[in-house]
Amino acid sequence: MSVTTERRTMTVALLGNPNTGKSTLFNGLVGVRQRVGNYPGVTVEKKVGRLEIAGRLFDLIDLPGTYSLAPRSPDEMIAVEVLLGRQTDVAPPDAVLCIVDSSNLERNLYLVSQVLELGIPTIIALNMMDVAASRGITIDVARLQQQLGVPVVPTRANHRQGLTELKAGLAGALPNQVAPSPKPFPEPFSAEVDALQACIERRGGGVLPRYLVERLLLDTGYLAQAGLPGVTPEVLQELHAARQRLESAGIPLPAVEAIARYQWVGQVLSGVIQRAAQPGLSRSDRLDRVLTHRVWGTLIFAALMVLVFQAVFRWAVPVMEWIDGGVSALGDAAAAWLPEGAVRSLLVDGVIAGAGGVLVFLPQIFVLFFFIAVLEDCGYMARAAYLMDRLMVRVGLSGKSFIPLLSSFACAIPGILAARVIEDRRDRLATMLVAPLMSCSARLPVYVLLIAAFIPPRHFLGGWVGLQGMTLLAMYGVGLLTAVLMALCLKRTLLRGATPPFVMELPPYKLPCARNVVYRMVDRGWAFVRRAGTLIVAVTVLVWAAAYYPHDAAEVETPYRAELARLDAELAALRDEPAGRAEPGPPRREVLEQQRDDLRNRVAGAYLHQSYLGRAGRWLEPLVRPLGWDWRVGCAVIASFPAREVVIGTLGVIYNLGAGQDEQSAPLRQRLREATWDDSGQPVFNVPVALSLMVFFALCAQCASTLVVMRRETNGWRWPAFTFCYMTGLAYVGALLVYQGARLLTGGDG
Amino acid sequence: MTTLLSELAIGGSARIIRVTGSGAISMRLLEMGLTPGVTVSLLGVAPLGDPIELDVRGYRLSVRRSEAACVEIERV
Repeated sequence: MSVTTERRTMTVALLGNPNTGKSTLFNGLVGVRQRVGNYPGVTVEKKVGRLEIAGRLFDLIDLPGTYSLAPRSPDEMIAVEVLLGRQTDVAPPDAVLCIVDSSNLERNLYLVSQVLELGIPTIIALNMMDVAASRGITIDVARLQQQLGVPVVPTRANHRQGLTELKAGLAGALPNQVAPSPKPFPEPFSAEVDALQACIERRGGGVLPRYLVERLLLDTGYLAQAGLPGVTPEVLQELHAARQRLESAGIPLPAVEAIARYQWVGQVLSGVIQRAAQPGLSRSDRLDRVLTHRVWGTLIFAALMVLVFQAVFRWAVPVMEWIDGGVSALGDAAAAWLPEGAVRSLLVDGVIAGAGGVLVFLPQIFVLFFFIAVLEDCGYMARAAYLMDRLMVRVGLSGKSFIPLLSSFACAIPGILAARVIEDRRDRLATMLVAPLMSCSARLPVYVLLIAAFIPPRHFLGGWVGLQGMTLLAMYGVGLLTAVLMALCLKRTLLRGATPPFVMELPPYKLPCARNVVYRMVDRGWAFVRRAGTLIVAVTVLVWAAAYYPHDAAEVETPYRAELARLDAELAALRDEPAGRAEPGPPRREVLEQQRDDLRNRVAGAYLHQSYLGRAGRWLEPLVRPLGWDWRVGCAVIASFPAREVVIGTLGVIYNLGAGQDEQSAPLRQRLREATWDDSGQPVFNVPVALSLMVFFALCAQCASTLVVMRRETNGWRWPAFTFCYMTGLAYVGALLVYQGARLLTGGDG
Repeated sequence: MTTLLSELAIGGSARIIRVTGSGAISMRLLEMGLTPGVTVSLLGVAPLGDPIELDVRGYRLSVRRSEAACVEIERV
């Protein structure tokens, strides 16, 4: 072998069942040297890590966890294509690293039997030997290695044990290994595979890998339509005939595969595994009897969900406020440094505010993924899906959608990221598409402001039920109900398909590993900042520009200039006077300062009126008038499309209070009550208008971060665009119905 | 006596006769080790009555009742 081929980077594919510690092993081997992307055209994450062993570079490709290499969808096809070297953007693997769960060898070796058939050098990581030992299972590693014919390395990925041996195995044994190719199938089946392979070759399909021909014979559905070269209608006919010949020969399809492979597994494991006498139920089983109990299980689940929800909803808030304060302080510092003008406004109101709008979500992402990682690592996550499946099936989803949807009540972004656990593409999409309908914490300020201002504080049932609280609950209900209907609708139309199997492993309970938990939190948080950050800042800058330009000072400030100069002069004169002169009422300086601030806010309001955003608001007024809104409300709504929570600040600017308003602000509440229509002088806001605005915010997709995250998770703009359109449409119709309906009921005329 | 896996009571054990059908659900059940001759037992039922938890080949598997109805068994 020449020196140049020795220096070539080796490609190793990492494969294994779910719950075997595959991600932990991947991170343990490559550390932070990993790249994350997508395979073209599918929603599968492509994770590649780089490691160096004895001066030689290895690319480790982390394939999605799977029980079997039987592709039933384009997503599942990826692993097979990568392994067979048919995936164009990944080099054909020089070796496969297959991780198996020692405590569950029988089922794990099913996948190994498929991998060995591919004819690629293979090394087995025998993980979780400690768990097996604790369950009284002893494994004769040397004998297993001999029976399999490939290197077997015991590891404890959680404790970083066995990694050195594994690396040595990768570097030394693999390049020279002749992979054994087990032939578990009965003779007539193998003969049919040979015949089919020849038939496809004759049709000009080249030599289709034997494994794929086998799969064509076994799998009905996806693979025949996958557009494999040489698979012509004639070949499909031949395939059909071959299946009938096998059936009549007493070989049941597709069951023959499982029967044959498990038979092979039985032979491999004979004399390898020793089980101590079972001492009744294991500790994990006893725990499971409580945690999935009709009463206790349900109560514990409910308590856990309340805890997670509270944590994301409340515990993250102090940190979010801290970030918010930091961003404001940074903005103030920048404002003090820079001269007034477009650059300062761009930096403070555009860039810093935009970046702050991204960072502020980080605490919620961290808190939620802390809980998800702990629950997943200890084995509870599968139980949560098990407990909730029956309920979610009624909505057309599965139990696995529950946690992502629940977390979306705090924030849709971690919710959408959490939807990754759902293997079925349609279920995952439906979950992600309805997640933003759950009333997230950013909607709460809008509800609080409008409810406090316009819903009378009436109480019923001896003060136990308040009208304001019920209105708040109704807003959460509107989102939830719409999400349920939308999920049902999507699963019957765009995402129609056979109900995906729920058949799912319930892994044994174990203590969570701190390293895994921290890794998951940081990984998700960083991915969000990196991917979402740039685009959100760009969108915020665009809205800033619309609200700032044309900024014609001559036109806007002239009517106020004389008054402002007079107030400034009076204030300057006061400053020169000696202090201490007692006067009745508030000090004159405070009165003057108040007048000056009011005037400045009026100038800011006039700038907004003149800006492109203001013009757009007035231009759109005919469109939003049926919802009961004037152009000012329209402006605030348009400006809040990048991030809905900015609406409070925008309303503050529009109603001339300055941008630093929050939902508790009494002046803003007062000013909203006093706002009048430009033409008629009638009040803008009343109960129907407040309700229509709240329903609009409940249903509208006003969050650029969510859409960007959705783009990343679905690998394209199609679904985020769809979500934006359907939610905005629903929001408009919902607000229209509520306004017109409430007007009829209250008899008011606007 | 031949019956379906979905009919098994908590604590009951059964030997699998065959998995019917050739769809994704049957394939998955076979892959997960529910092959003819294997003994399974029903460990529990979710609070809402579905899915069910099985002991298969020494590990815990959860399936919906509708899926378990693809599996023909004989009680042991």
